[in-house]
Amino acid sequence: MKNPQAFEQNLIETIVYVIFLFLGLVTVGFVLLITVYLVIAGIPAIREIGILNFLFNTKWASTASAPSYGILPFILTSVYGTAGAIVLGVPVGFLTSVYLAKLAPEKIRTIVSGAVSLLAGIPSVVYGLVGMMVLVPGIRRLFHIPDGASLFAAIIVLAIMILPSIINVSITALEAVPREYEDASLALGATPVETYFRVSVPAAKSGIAAAVVLGVGRAIGEAMAVMMVSGNAPNMPELFGSVRFLTTAVASEMSYSSGLQRQALFSIALVLFLFIMLINAALNFFLKRSKE
Amino acid sequence: MKKIILIMLAVIFATSILTACSSQNSATVSTDGSTSMEEVIGILGEAFEENYGISFTYNPTGSGSGIQAVKEGRCDIGLSSRSLKAEEKADGLSETVLANDGIAVIVNPQNSVSDLDVGTIAKIYTGEIANWSQVGGNNAEIVVIGREAGSGTRDGFESITGTEDGCKYRQELTSTGDVITTVSQNPDAIGYASLAAVGEGVKALSVGGVLPSEDTVKDGSYVIQRPFVLVTKDGVELSEAAQKFFDFATSADAAQYISQAGAVPVN
Repeated sequence: MKNPQAFEQNLIETIVYVIFLFLGLVTVGFVLLITVYLVIAGIPAIREIGILNFLFNTKWASTASAPSYGILPFILTSVYGTAGAIVLGVPVGFLTSVYLAKLAPEKIRTIVSGAVSLLAGIPSVVYGLVGMMVLVPGIRRLFHIPDGASLFAAIIVLAIMILPSIINVSITALEAVPREYEDASLALGATPVETYFRVSVPAAKSGIAAAVVLGVGRAIGEAMAVMMVSGNAPNMPELFGSVRFLTTAVASEMSYSSGLQRQALFSIALVLFLFIMLINAALNFFLKRSKE
Repeated sequence: MKKIILIMLAVIFATSILTACSSQNSATVSTDGSTSMEEVIGILGEAFEENYGISFTYNPTGSGSGIQAVKEGRCDIGLSSRSLKAEEKADGLSETVLANDGIAVIVNPQNSVSDLDVGTIAKIYTGEIANWSQVGGNNAEIVVIGREAGSGTRDGFESITGTEDGCKYRQELTSTGDVITTVSQNPDAIGYASLAAVGEGVKALSVGGVLPSEDTVKDGSYVIQRPFVLVTKDGVELSEAAQKFFDFATSADAAQYISQAGAVPVN
């Protein structure tokens, strides 16, 4: 207190600290708000329908005179669709990231990274539109089926959409591998490609796993693009059948819904939210491991 | 300091005067009901606000809720995209038909079928007829396209064809535009859409030999159509503002707005 200058400095420090604390808490507040709201909005319908009936009934007919609210088709579709997107998207994304991080000449690297960033910036409705105009008729002709709007079309769109997150995160992980590891391997007589796959990739595996989980999160949460190519009928999933995802189930009926139907849509959102939480927990686990 | 207080006082006075002004004009018309009438009511409401300076609200809840809202006095005018049932009329409600809305059944232009009757359309939508060859077309599976549950167009189509809860959709799309795009992309698809939205890229079928058009909807010969109805309560006088809207909406002046929104005006 004897030194007014120090006091002033202290005061400013405290004020800045409080502002930062407040801003940090805003984010936490939003997460809490959304969680609490979803739980409160999602529970009543589950109670009324019965949790087992809600999760495991295979028939969704929300506006029928004898309504049925079973979301097993949506859950399975979301799981299959995401798994399919990972199966197609991860090998491509992983190999691209190895190439870009280790092998590519500077010029090609710049061009390809630019393209990847562009891919990340395309709005999902554009993916959906291109899918609807090109992919869906293409699948119809290629496989000689009556209609191309299907789980398969959604998987392809999702696989392309998750590429940027997988590539970017994997590149970061691969670039963080200490140069000495690779030098040692090369000095022992391994070829560059052997070195990258036997040394660099294992050293970066936690980061790459995080990239895959991030891709899963992106795929399971996507609504707009899949709504436009998947056909949207609430069937049990079939590769070339019309299907509805958890996200699109909420999005497609929300605008005109009322009563129990609307409450059930909130319950679907709650189920989706729990899935995302699980995925986030997995992501944190891998990221922590990659730091250690 | 005094200056600041003066400015603040001035601001407070100014706002109180403004609110006083607007509260004098606070008469509003509230409507409640059919989601299918959204476009018609949107355009009419906008034109009404512009011409009369009275504010207008529309609550898209569905025909049933709109009728209920008038009965309970929660809104001035109810909106329904179906005629009132006998028991609703017995409850002291009356209807004024504002316009008619035709729902076109559309196929791809490459499809050789150009006419179906309502019964056949119903059979196609319930899956009883699954191949175009059964109705004189190519040997190809019929791809049935419709709208999402809760959509007014779907509700209208299913109630007219008597296929409520029985339709086996291959695709349930969330907008008229999506239905038209999908049908225009697939030679074996059939879909339905509001008549006004049907343009190039798809072919509207004639139903029982009658092509959908403004004239055939107006004279009732095209059967897949439904009325847009204003619902009011018998014996309860509308507020001055609501009466003005009612007169405006049913006047000949409103006809151009109604056609602009894609429906066929009655007056």
